[in-house]
Amino acid sequence: MNRTGAVKAIALVGLAVVALLLPLIAPDPATTNIAVFTAMYVGLATAWNIMGGYTGYISLGHAAFFGLGAYSLALLLAHLNIAPGYGPFLLVPVAGLLAALLAVGIGWIALRTRAATFVIVTIAFMFMCQLLAENLVKVTGGGGGLGLPYPRDWSGDFYNTPYYYAMLLLAVLALGVSWWIRRSKFGLGLLAIRDDEDKALAVGVPTRAFKLTAFVISAALVGMIGAVYAYYVTFIYPQFVFDPLIGISMVLMVFLGGLGTLSGPVVGALLLEPAQLQFAYRFGASKLYLVLYSAVFLVVILLMPRGIVPSARDLIARRRRPRAAGPTGTVTDTRAASITRPLASP
Amino acid sequence: MSLVLEAAILGILTGGVYALMASGLTLIFGVMRIINVGHGALVILGAYLSFALFRSLHIDPFLTLVITMPAMFALGVVLQVVLIRPLKTDREALSVLVTYAMALGIEGVLGYVFTANYVELRGWYETASFAIFGFHITYVYVFGFLLCLAILGALFLVLYRTAFGGAVRATMLNRTAAQLIGVDVDRVSALAFGIGVATAAAGGVVFGITNAFNPGSHYDLISRLLTIIVLGGLGSLRGAILAALLMLVIEDITAVVISPVWASFAFFVILVGVLIVRPQGLYGVRVRERI
Repeated sequence: MNRTGAVKAIALVGLAVVALLLPLIAPDPATTNIAVFTAMYVGLATAWNIMGGYTGYISLGHAAFFGLGAYSLALLLAHLNIAPGYGPFLLVPVAGLLAALLAVGIGWIALRTRAATFVIVTIAFMFMCQLLAENLVKVTGGGGGLGLPYPRDWSGDFYNTPYYYAMLLLAVLALGVSWWIRRSKFGLGLLAIRDDEDKALAVGVPTRAFKLTAFVISAALVGMIGAVYAYYVTFIYPQFVFDPLIGISMVLMVFLGGLGTLSGPVVGALLLEPAQLQFAYRFGASKLYLVLYSAVFLVVILLMPRGIVPSARDLIARRRRPRAAGPTGTVTDTRAASITRPLASP
Repeated sequence: MSLVLEAAILGILTGGVYALMASGLTLIFGVMRIINVGHGALVILGAYLSFALFRSLHIDPFLTLVITMPAMFALGVVLQVVLIRPLKTDREALSVLVTYAMALGIEGVLGYVFTANYVELRGWYETASFAIFGFHITYVYVFGFLLCLAILGALFLVLYRTAFGGAVRATMLNRTAAQLIGVDVDRVSALAFGIGVATAAAGGVVFGITNAFNPGSHYDLISRLLTIIVLGGLGSLRGAILAALLMLVIEDITAVVISPVWASFAFFVILVGVLIVRPQGLYGVRVRERI
């Protein structure tokens, strides 16, 4: 193992240990609350990246799946009369499945379009779902919202802990899936679509099936995270879960960390979400919060359009080249090069 | 039946505003290949500027355009130079994010200055109406429609009868080729963005007189405008105008025949229908990446 590998391994183990033991290290609810949301966005950004990063299809409508997952769980709990506690967590995969079904429908239509049109169609679908949640008053309670049962016997410092581990588990699941896709032939096909879809089709990549599969996987993960979120906040209404800001936040985190990389979304979420919560906490009362958020947003995109991870990787590679020009991990290097290649510019 | 007809007339009259706003959006797309997600926020900003002038100086909302349109034009040029021009690679995706950030920034500033309360622009024509063939039509819709028609006409004159318009259309057709024959595409882009933003200001006034609005209104607006330009075919002015009229007529008829809560939903249903049959939109060309 070379030195970077060792550093990476140590960093990973360290991060894992901190993530696992966090409720013991910092048990106060204020901290674990931030941890729940950060783990949530690690999962969301990673899941979004499976579609947006690998295939280059930018979806701004992933909040549709988030909201559907949230509403699914809320309705399941209400209709099945499930007692609060650990039970509701078992229904989270069902919410994921429903989100996946919705994604098959949306994807089937939206993926007929490319590039800019796809972006717009996903936004339109998100607002369509929000409108449905508002209009189907008999099912969803409309604008009045929907309450979820909350576990009364979890209290004090412990209250956030089960939610934190649920979010962490989903984030790890998303990372595992993303990692697996990245190394599979399927993942290679997705990257080929990103680089040049027509050529990919010409060499035999089943582009439509691949795109749809990536879209559905990404949506299912987002749906499950949305379900846990609903259970955590215990009250949802249409604009709150079908929230364009949630949809754009995961995108921004991926861009900040590095589009199409495995670790980029994690880095982006770890940096941005705590900051975002701080902003909201300090300036939430006034709309200045939005102004600050948009300023961060602009600085990230205009100064670092490729994201932190690819930029850092380049920096390291440049430092090393003079000393160690040789066979240091050639395989991973070509992979890295293909990951960091910017999308085909117009 | 007469109710449906009345809804159709109202749809055409309000469709004019959407046609104007959507033309600005599709013009920006056509020239720069970027999606201006902040267009809705710029419309609302235009409405608020007129509202501020109207409240402090008691100028008629329509007359405030003399001040707001040039101001918004200048703002548009600045925004293009500061936010859009620096994007070199992957413009389509990055521009969405940048303009989204711009929208959030505008929403934040407006919320800070004007609070989240709903406001409305007012004039005598807002409630006064006249009767024609037994239909009662409020003056404001007619004035708004005429204003939009005039500005759209001016836009077409500029695009099809001036040298600058030729440069704009050349850039829309093929950016590289336009550059080769000596078109300063950077300048054209900045000015086109300015024009798009100026039309947003005009749209904002009409929108503000016919609707109550608050800083968050841009989400609803932009989802409609984006749907319209996708329907019309991205980058097609004619398509945007036709789609806007079509959508608003169908929306208003849905409101009468079915229920107002489903009116906006009709919008999206049409979008889905059109995408299944014709993914490139009414007047669009199929997107193929250049090899």
